[in-house]
Amino acid sequence: MFLLSTIAILTTIGLALIRAISGPSTYDRILALNMVGTKTTLLIVAIGFLTNRPDFVDIAMVYALINFIGVIAMLKYTRYGQFANSLDPDNLNTDNKEN
Amino acid sequence: MSIEIYIDLVLVIFLVITGLAVIYVRNLFAVAMLSGIYSLLMASIFVVLDAVDVAFTEASVGAGISTVLMLGVLAITGNREKVSHKSSVLPLLIVIGTGSLLVYGTWDLPMFGDPNAPVHMHVAPEYISNTYKHTGMPNIVTAVLASYRGYDTLGEVGVIFTAGIGVLLLLSKRKTKKEVNQQNKLKEKL
Repeated sequence: MFLLSTIAILTTIGLALIRAISGPSTYDRILALNMVGTKTTLLIVAIGFLTNRPDFVDIAMVYALINFIGVIAMLKYTRYGQFANSLDPDNLNTDNKEN
Repeated sequence: MSIEIYIDLVLVIFLVITGLAVIYVRNLFAVAMLSGIYSLLMASIFVVLDAVDVAFTEASVGAGISTVLMLGVLAITGNREKVSHKSSVLPLLIVIGTGSLLVYGTWDLPMFGDPNAPVHMHVAPEYISNTYKHTGMPNIVTAVLASYRGYDTLGEVGVIFTAGIGVLLLLSKRKTKKEVNQQNKLKEKL
């Protein structure tokens, strides 16, 4: 059961990797990174149960938090082109939409 | 045990693909994303190899902070890499030479998990037998970090806190006079 889910998670990581390399748009790549982060979280949980160490769940949760903050920062960058003072709608970054 | 080896193998293959893609993809935003993926894969390998704390560092520094910092650099520079036509034979030879030296160095290492390795014979038996008596903590690594080396860890926390404040100061751009004037004008209009 856990072996099957591990194989499925590894396959998903491979597919996300293909999407990250081939693109084509910026958002495909951010989504691919987010996907790999989520699958890493799941992989850690699956490996934890596979090797009889259920305490890996706690570790996986911290990974989810790191992943969340990282993706928020990336999306903020792609929308505003900077990390500071960016709640201003005049600062919209227009040249970064495609590639 | 054998399952973990297969998981490791698949992850290493992904790692190689990601590394090659970082070299060949010219879009720098994609390269930043790929290096984040590289760190996450590396963190998974560390977890499979039982080095959970190293994996933590790799995931938070590699996938979290350094991706964000690279994006910060991309905001200042451009998004495309210039194609260089220099010959890369010498660097390749140096890299292959260093790599084979490192592999040669691993031949002298004791086997993974060998209880008779020198590193396990020095102070480790004492910690293993006395840690629970001294500190009452079931996890020896935590006991060493938080109890035996408590002051050391406190200093580290101080360093990381200072570094965090420094990064925050660098990333938060102060408003220029022009921007402040523009905002004041907008307020007057409203």
